[in-house]
Amino acid sequence: MQDILIKNGTVFDPINNIDGEIIDIAISKGKIVDKVDESNAEVIDASNKIVLPGGVDIHSHIAGPKVNMGRLLRPEDHYRNLKPKTSVKRAGVGTSCPSTFTTGYEYSEMGYTTVFEPANPPLKMLHVIDEFNDTPMIDKACYPLFGSNWHVMEYLHDNKEDELAAYIAWTLRSVKGYACKLVNPGGVEQWKWGGDVEGLDVAVGNFGVTPREIVKGMCKAVQRLNLPHSIHIHANNLGMPGNYETSIETLDSMREYAKENTNGKPNPIAHLTHVQFNTYGGTNWMNITSGAEHLAKYINNNDHVSIDLGQVVFSDTTTMTADGPFEHKLQTLTGNRWVNADIEAETGCGIVPIKYKKSNYIHAIMWVTGLEAALMIDDPWKVCMTTDHPNGGYFTTYPRVVTWLMSQKAREKYMEKVNKRAKSRTALESLDREYSFSDVVISTRAGTARLLGLNDKGHLGVGADADVAVYNIDLNKIDPAIQYWKVRKALRRADYTIKDGEIVVKDGEVVKSVPGRSYWVDSKVSTDLAKSVESEIKEKFKDYYTIQMSNYIVAEKNIINSSPITVQAEV
Amino acid sequence: MEIFQDVVCPVCGCLCDDIEVSVENNKIVKARNACAMGTTKFLNYNNDRIPSPMIKNNGVQKPVSLEECIEKTAEILVKAKYPLIYGLSLSSVESVKVAIELTEEVGGVLDNQTSVCHGPGVQGIHDIGESTGSLGEIRHRADLIIAWGANLQEAHPRHMERYSYTSKGRYRNGKEDRNLIVIDVRETLTAKAADKFIQIEQGKDFEFINALRTALRLEQIQKDKVAGVPVEEIEKLAEVLRSCEFGVIFFGQGVTQVNGKGRNIDGLFSLTRDLNSWTKFLIMPARGHFNVAGVNQVATWQTGFPYAIDLSRGYPWYNPGETTIIDIIRRGESDATLVVGSDPIAHFPPAISKRLINTPLISIDPAHSMTTMVSDVVIPSSFAGIEYEGLAYRMDGLCLPLKKLVKEPDNTMSDEKVLKMILAKVRELKKVN
Ligand code: SF4
Ligand SMILES: [Zn+2]
Repeated sequence: MQDILIKNGTVFDPINNIDGEIIDIAISKGKIVDKVDESNAEVIDASNKIVLPGGVDIHSHIAGPKVNMGRLLRPEDHYRNLKPKTSVKRAGVGTSCPSTFTTGYEYSEMGYTTVFEPANPPLKMLHVIDEFNDTPMIDKACYPLFGSNWHVMEYLHDNKEDELAAYIAWTLRSVKGYACKLVNPGGVEQWKWGGDVEGLDVAVGNFGVTPREIVKGMCKAVQRLNLPHSIHIHANNLGMPGNYETSIETLDSMREYAKENTNGKPNPIAHLTHVQFNTYGGTNWMNITSGAEHLAKYINNNDHVSIDLGQVVFSDTTTMTADGPFEHKLQTLTGNRWVNADIEAETGCGIVPIKYKKSNYIHAIMWVTGLEAALMIDDPWKVCMTTDHPNGGYFTTYPRVVTWLMSQKAREKYMEKVNKRAKSRTALESLDREYSFSDVVISTRAGTARLLGLNDKGHLGVGADADVAVYNIDLNKIDPAIQYWKVRKALRRADYTIKDGEIVVKDGEVVKSVPGRSYWVDSKVSTDLAKSVESEIKEKFKDYYTIQMSNYIVAEKNIINSSPITVQAEV
Repeated sequence: MEIFQDVVCPVCGCLCDDIEVSVENNKIVKARNACAMGTTKFLNYNNDRIPSPMIKNNGVQKPVSLEECIEKTAEILVKAKYPLIYGLSLSSVESVKVAIELTEEVGGVLDNQTSVCHGPGVQGIHDIGESTGSLGEIRHRADLIIAWGANLQEAHPRHMERYSYTSKGRYRNGKEDRNLIVIDVRETLTAKAADKFIQIEQGKDFEFINALRTALRLEQIQKDKVAGVPVEEIEKLAEVLRSCEFGVIFFGQGVTQVNGKGRNIDGLFSLTRDLNSWTKFLIMPARGHFNVAGVNQVATWQTGFPYAIDLSRGYPWYNPGETTIIDIIRRGESDATLVVGSDPIAHFPPAISKRLINTPLISIDPAHSMTTMVSDVVIPSSFAGIEYEGLAYRMDGLCLPLKKLVKEPDNTMSDEKVLKMILAKVRELKKVN
């Protein structure tokens, strides 16, 4: 592998306090190094260009049974983007539910190098890995779903905290998961009888535990397991008017478990995902408003929370979530096609296509809510830029979202086209905050990598993974707040993407295909506890599942570039 | 003797994974827990193997080396303008992946048995969507099970015991807690085992579904009988559907391959969706070959489309009725066919089979079939889930690992390996040309 020297680029690397300085970045054997021998290196002239760490996406639905069902549901989605085979690329299709190869290529062409898939049933992780193996260019990982898991609810009901922690560790290790996802805790189990939970303190039918107990119990377990990422949570009442209160209540219930970091501040322990869908005010569909102000106030005062946006981008896209009852409501509201897929003992899934229209009051409020949250939460380290792909919009629209964050003018221009009543009911126009490039790097790379516990990603310091993106943005000539469309265009197609020290994209086109890694977490709990819990699981397994326990376990030989991260648990 | 636990049965879409297989001197002697169908395969798969790679010469198949077969196959595929690659429902997912890459490389069409069995069920998902779930959900919760044009008892012998009618789940303790209704044109074994059998007239599924939907909406049906069933009985059935706690419809080829086809499915999927306003209701296909669902899964994530994928333009294109194998052959457009583990000559309409033979035909198969007998090139392969390992997808989309239990005969290898060799040869030839 040839060394690479990126010369004279304008570098943004907030983790290393580099804010638009012109410096050279040297790369050798897949890592950032101090220097390389220029005469033996491939030299990239990055003068008048910006150099960033490769993009790290904390939440994007790119693989697994749910995404594949979305692909199957929507052949018409594919016809909008047909990608022929080239000498380096496999053929593919798709916009809101792209095929796996295309997903990898398009992310890479945007300068992204790591993408985490946020929701799959543990039972279906072999399928997820099977798709990961076919998703090139990027490093991947998945957060298995635990919010309506029978074992979890039973351990909580019996106050077996140690056993719960050990069960989670066993599951992550067995199915090769990375973090714990909760989706409408308890509500998905209720949906299996056609219902839902109402609020945090109403017990889940046959299990006698409340959503609040699930959230708290899981949070505690995750803390004790020392997982690299916090609880990744999609709160109850998602998508409903007035739900910001549930979201804040949920976050507040987790506060007590926060540990202090070296700066004496609490570490983030709760990641409220696609906050836009979780943050509405109002009491019904007629008077629904943004609740971002309330949520932002809470987050500005509390350091145990991080979020990602789930920004809406007006488009024809596909909603997909483990929140079965929510999707059923959406189906009855819209009359659109609907997939439901419940998974034994664990979770569920729903999918409904949707067209977000600028003229629609509710959709306009959704658009406003995401942007308000991004602009009202002061600390960019708490805010990850996502569209909850494909729920709010496609990941290929990230550059557009970024320019909305960077340019008040871009927002104003857009606002002229959205529903007037929504416009009159938002504070968005009065928000003059504009993200700097450093802020953008934090919310798309540095912050996301840090929240995921990926120490070698999201920055360009010596020893970091050589995942780098170079974009054709000349900051001497372009003011992102003014010529925002030029920024948008440049971010859509990287001049160069470097993955693990190899040039994989040049002039916005993939020039080399690489497989990428699959990360997973192995949290070591005490041997005795692990043993006793494993035999408990074994005992229940036959009753809960329709497959054998040995076939539930995902073997490492089935994973291309299996990359375990080992941590020591406190149980 | 070697004993393998938790073996996945590579026969039907139930993909039972609790088989205990005993192997003695590289021969399977016992398959505990398997049904008769599964046992037959485990014990007898090795009969009737194709002994050697063969190429047809002056109308007679002659043994040749594997390399010659690979070379000949690659030549045919490279020369062809619109080749078809068909089958794969009995192969591992890994083999399907190579087949798709090969189709891409030669600019052909990849199609699969779905095309002639559950295609309408797949298209119903495009049209309506599907309220479905994993089989364990049925086992735990279903108090109403409807088998519609699906002969579970005979086509999927352990379906009822493991997943449905007689299975024991968290909230249902076997058949006492469930109601099985069979809707079919014939009194099958499944119908005999049911709590209720509703016999409908041949080809009248669509009328019957519509009448049922009408009754469900509490609207008047302006007839005395629909599909031979008295209206009162239809209204009673609607009431049973509405008032269950958790219902499921399993449908089979008795719905997808009779008059109405896709319309039947659209009707059933709509019915199921509507029922979710009353109660909880799911629907799922009872799929035949053990990995036909796997072909659809992997094709969908790699190309966006589940079967009938035309890659001749370089990008994937899909239009059932146009890009489906039978339609392509009928139009006389294909000029070579590679069949993997399937017997289209025996199952396609005679006129189509005739045309299939008129263009170069290649078979990759472990055993003799009508198709291998008339093929220009025959490449023997090994059995997925017996002689080579890989992944497969159950009829409800659950992924399971297939095991290697015995060594394959000399001279044979997995479809995956054969296809990889063909792909490499194709690339080599294309470079030379
Ligand atoms: S039901 Fe199907 S998968 Fe199960 S043992 Fe019988 S043939 Fe094999
Ligand atoms: Zn999401």
